Amino acid sequence: MQAEVKSNDQEVKHAQFSEFVSFTVAGQAFCLKITQIREIRRWSPVTILPHAPSDVLGVMNLRGAVIPIYDLSARFGLETTEASERNVVIVVSSAGKPVGLLAESVSEIISINPEEIQETPPVDSRNTKEYIQGIISHDETMVRIINLDAVISVPEQVL
Amino acid sequence: MSGSIQDTFFEECEELLEATDEGLSAIEGGDHNPEVVNAVFRAVHSIKGGAGAFGLDELVAFAHRFETVFDEVRANRMELDEPLIQLLLRSCDHLYNLVAVARDGGETDQAHHDMLIEALDKYIPEEEEDLTFEPMGLGGPMDVSAIDIPAAPTEETYQIHFRPLKDMYSTGNEPIFLFQALQEMGELSIELDVMELPGFDSIDPEESYLSWNLTLVTTEARSTVEAVFEFVEGLCELSIEGAGDAEADAAALAALEAAFGGAPADPTPVSEPAAMVEETPAAPFEQPAPAPTPEAKPEASGGKPAAPKAENAKSEQRGPNPTLRVDLERVDRLINAVGELIINHSMLAQQIANLDVADVRDVETELEGFKNLARDIQEGVMSIRAQPVKPLFQRMARIVREASSATGKTCKLVTEGENTEVDKTVIERLADPLTHILRNAVDHGIEKPEDREGTNKDRVGEIRLTASHRSGSVCIEVKDDGAGVNRPRVKQIAIEKGLIPENAELTDSEIDNLLFAPGFSTAKEVSNLSGRGVGMDVVKNAVTGLGGRINISSSPGKGSTFTIILPLTLAVMDGMVVSVADQTMVVPITSIVETMRGNDDMINNLGADGTLLSIRGSFVPICDVAGALGLEKKDDQPPGVYLLVETETGQRSALAVDDIHDQRQVVIKSLDGVCGEIAGVAAATILGDGKIAMILDPESILATSPAVGAFDTERRMSNAS
Repeated sequence: MQAEVKSNDQEVKHAQFSEFVSFTVAGQAFCLKITQIREIRRWSPVTILPHAPSDVLGVMNLRGAVIPIYDLSARFGLETTEASERNVVIVVSSAGKPVGLLAESVSEIISINPEEIQETPPVDSRNTKEYIQGIISHDETMVRIINLDAVISVPEQVL
Repeated sequence: MSGSIQDTFFEECEELLEATDEGLSAIEGGDHNPEVVNAVFRAVHSIKGGAGAFGLDELVAFAHRFETVFDEVRANRMELDEPLIQLLLRSCDHLYNLVAVARDGGETDQAHHDMLIEALDKYIPEEEEDLTFEPMGLGGPMDVSAIDIPAAPTEETYQIHFRPLKDMYSTGNEPIFLFQALQEMGELSIELDVMELPGFDSIDPEESYLSWNLTLVTTEARSTVEAVFEFVEGLCELSIEGAGDAEADAAALAALEAAFGGAPADPTPVSEPAAMVEETPAAPFEQPAPAPTPEAKPEASGGKPAAPKAENAKSEQRGPNPTLRVDLERVDRLINAVGELIINHSMLAQQIANLDVADVRDVETELEGFKNLARDIQEGVMSIRAQPVKPLFQRMARIVREASSATGKTCKLVTEGENTEVDKTVIERLADPLTHILRNAVDHGIEKPEDREGTNKDRVGEIRLTASHRSGSVCIEVKDDGAGVNRPRVKQIAIEKGLIPENAELTDSEIDNLLFAPGFSTAKEVSNLSGRGVGMDVVKNAVTGLGGRINISSSPGKGSTFTIILPLTLAVMDGMVVSVADQTMVVPITSIVETMRGNDDMINNLGADGTLLSIRGSFVPICDVAGALGLEKKDDQPPGVYLLVETETGQRSALAVDDIHDQRQVVIKSLDGVCGEIAGVAAATILGDGKIAMILDPESILATSPAVGAFDTERRMSNAS
């Protein structure tokens, strides 16, 4: 994973690493840019929002702020995550407002050379295309980079 | 950058317009105190000045006309009669519009604009046609003297004593510019007075020690000379002594004093014109008439010191305390933090109660103290957001004027309790509903003048707008002395619109409340004024949205009264903590009439799935909260507790919940931005254990509950038959 330092300045700039946090959702590996994440918390029961769609788990108290919690797995169209103590809530920020995303577990922080990011290959599911910004190969596994804006902006319309 | 300065200007405009409005209303009410007149004049003048700086020509031109006319009034050259007052009030309204247009863009009503300008121009003396940006003098009496310095200007010698105060320098004013301005008017000789200059050792570099004696020979009017010092007014000691106008001034003063009901006999000023003008003779208004002293001091003082004094008087009316402009967001952050503190307290209390320690009495005592302090802080913070309703009421006076002139009716708005303080957000969100109610009152309530005379009423309709505190809530009342609700017609319209069946038998109050029904508008055709097709249901929604209620009472021929009851604050409310399908929820206390534990005997089935609760012989429909919210209950046990709630229409229903836990104050957390609107839920709150609980909205729960909704219509129908 060493970056090749090219003579061209432009190339050097591109070769700068970005750090991503990888985590699993329904057995698949996903990641988000570390700067998008505000904090990671252990799962604790949430307050159910009446009439909410299935991927909106409810709301949680984050130091006095009421923040919505989405089930990433359900959002991606996978089976709903069985919420348990082992699960984590990744708190991200959407337009300045915190939003919690339920994931199975957080794996590690990985450095990614932007050049290594591959475009999402065409797949049938429209949702997948929208939610996945690109994919990378890390330690022989495929890690999906989440398009955060797409993932958290949709529910407002749904509700 | 310029944007932010402009914002400040518009903010100031708002305040200045309010001051203008207030002054004009006082004048309308018969208060012809020169200070009030001056205050209005200054406010309009400042608007003109600021608008000029931003190149808002239309506003400048209009403000200038207003100012010119008002200057005539101020100088006693024109009598403030009723038509003029009305014109000035309408002009003030128009100023509001112009400012709004300048700020938000949009179009001014050109016809109205031209009409007002034409009307104002009639009052403007002929020589005052140009639109030069000439600053006006501010004091009263020296303009009176201007009568005696008529069109043909003669050369006049003024002795000016000018001593800047420290503040003048700190505000960036520079005497040399003033002197230059004077020099342009005529022959000026300047003499520096360094008498007060201390020894070098004791000199304070920030203090002001110098004063000047100026002799100006000019053909300009005295007011023009004084105008030079306009911007350092209050920041310096100033006396301008004209050779010829001393007697004229004294005479005019005497006339003025006589006209305004005499000055205090005691020569000691009512209030010193503030420390700033300590050595100058007291302002002319405070001098007994006729001016007694041989030194001709009152004349010498000119009108200048009067201004700071008037300023004082004004600030006294508005409350003498210095105020601080704070970003609303900061206050809100503080309010949030205090909310947290209170939640934190209850969490602590809960955990201490759970502790397995034998003696926690000391801790509990301290905790009690903590709680009281937290409450104190909370109240203090809440009071920061509280504002008097006065500006709102003033705006309403404008609405009534506009509405009256649009409908050709004559009405006056009488306001009471305008110092009642209400949460800022409440005030803001009250503006629309109140506007609507008042327009309705003028449009539908107050009769035409000729009709009023026919029924032995005063030609001028009276609308009374009252604000008061009533046991933890704010009560706002709009009462008109008009014809009252025309019940047969209201009923007729409701039938036409299909709101009620044709043969419905309704009580008077039920008919009155039809006004709030969605889609009800009594205007036969959509008039420009109130009939926008929306009607009073919008008013009701706005009020309910604020957690309040609105009632109407009316008696035919005597008038109607709308009463709005609002919570004092939007941030905290009293709630009943209940559990519904294993979730903890909060129901606002205000909507609960009664709570009761139910047993099977009280429940009666009606049809396939309707259930009624019998309470002391009457039956009310039961609404299962869990079902209405789409929540599934884990066990199948019937709900144990019923909350009897009453809707706006007086319709009672019983909300079925599992259990009641507590009654407590909860901090309201908006769900805006967290998720969209949820039927049945008003907001959320954080409980003592840190969990979030939904605050329910009974009205909306009942509306979503098919059983009760259907029953409601059924009952209407059965009522009808």
